[in-house]
Amino acid sequence: MKKVLVSGKVEGIVLKSENSINFLGTVDKKTGIISDRNHDLFEKSVKDTILVFPSGVGSSVGAYTIYSIKSNNTAPLAMICQKADLTVATGCALANIPLITISDEEFSSIKNGMKLSFDTDSSNQIHYQ
Amino acid sequence: MELTREEESALKGEQGEIMQMAYRILVATGEATDAEKLVPIEWAHLSGVNYNTIGDAGEEFLSSISKNARVKVKTTLNPMGFDIDNVSNYGLNENFISKQLSIKNSYETMGVIPSFSCIPYEIYDIPKNGTQVAFAESNAAIHANSFDNLKTNKESAFSALASAIIGKSPYSSLRKEDNPNITIRMKVKNPNELTYGMLGFFAGKIGDTSVNISGLGEMDKRQTKAMCGGMGTSGTCAKFIFGEGDSDCEKIDFDEKEMLNVHDELNTAEKGDLITLGSPQLGLDEISDLAGKLKGRSFQKRCMVFLPRTVKEQARKIGYTNELERAGCEILSDCCTCLSPLISKDNVDAVTTNSIKGAFYLKNSNGVDVNLKSLSQIVEDETR
Repeated sequence: MKKVLVSGKVEGIVLKSENSINFLGTVDKKTGIISDRNHDLFEKSVKDTILVFPSGVGSSVGAYTIYSIKSNNTAPLAMICQKADLTVATGCALANIPLITISDEEFSSIKNGMKLSFDTDSSNQIHYQ
Repeated sequence: MELTREEESALKGEQGEIMQMAYRILVATGEATDAEKLVPIEWAHLSGVNYNTIGDAGEEFLSSISKNARVKVKTTLNPMGFDIDNVSNYGLNENFISKQLSIKNSYETMGVIPSFSCIPYEIYDIPKNGTQVAFAESNAAIHANSFDNLKTNKESAFSALASAIIGKSPYSSLRKEDNPNITIRMKVKNPNELTYGMLGFFAGKIGDTSVNISGLGEMDKRQTKAMCGGMGTSGTCAKFIFGEGDSDCEKIDFDEKEMLNVHDELNTAEKGDLITLGSPQLGLDEISDLAGKLKGRSFQKRCMVFLPRTVKEQARKIGYTNELERAGCEILSDCCTCLSPLISKDNVDAVTTNSIKGAFYLKNSNGVDVNLKSLSQIVEDETR
């Protein structure tokens, strides 16, 4: 991993997107389902996944969407981005969702449906199973 | 990010839970934006006001922190969900109204100015060149950096709130001198505000933190606002730097073909059931211009016009609101097209607008189709 923005320990199944995510308006704050039909995760739920995507984009209010999905128990277990943006970083900081960034090579090597784990306190390695 | 001893102590919780939360948010922000320290700010502008966007979780969060949190610097506020003067005309439920008023109350308790506007740069005096501010509203952050000689991150709702409470913000890349490696060359002839909105949307998809932009020509306020609104919707980029940039910059043309791509992505209807003007909200110049265009004409369908309360009051004194109401406009302050709970797919299939930002959120959040037209075209097609 490159940077730890919100620390934590997590294990789960990858939901990967090649598209950036505009949390406001495209992620349903009750169900965690992606509602943008132009998005590659259209109709998929982010709940209890390790959400891997390039970066957050768009409206600053998206941070509240992240806080809302956490409060509604529909949030990802962790998020992994190529590039950290403010909306995702601060939403995860308040909601206490672990957030790390990774290199482009590592990003390409992670596949949808993979099981992975990391613990930012003990090492900066991601473990793949 | 380096913190002073006092900042470290706040992060550890030695100055209370509110300060600890605010510092945790700013540290995550600083790590995300390669900041090495915090710098003092003079003005914060907050998003996260409309109950439609922040929901119960947001309402409860604000209510809880407002017991102890107070802002340290001048702090202004984005639009909310309705205009209290005419909310009874729009059939919003009691729950929405009471939750929205609770949000309003929480911000006021924290010492925030209830401006309910997404165009703070147009309704307040701009501080001196180079002043550090923290603007969350994306069109306002881009406008501040590009046209007002202010310095801001493209803040999130939380980083702006934390900055307001602490009176500092991370010294992020957007606050420093920047040399973007991309130059966008405007190649579309005779652009109107819709063209500039699409140009902004295109630039936001390509740029990272800032882009050079050339070939813009003379722009009026409506066009600059449209360009900032478009860019804020599609990406993370938050500054236009005017000019060709260095010779080794990658040059990307925004031509008729690229414009058509953006248009096809956002325009999903041939006509609308109602018209909305204002995202960003209209300033007094635009209201004056609209009143002029509507002389002797009337809209043949509903037309919602969104503007800040201060502008509505000025417009009323001058007589513009009478003129607009005569032409069939519904005038709404304190709220905006974007994420409005007043437009529902239960009774509207499609909306006509000249706003690229409005189009994106109407489609993705309200779930209605969008018909894009410039203001001149709207007046020509939809009034008699």
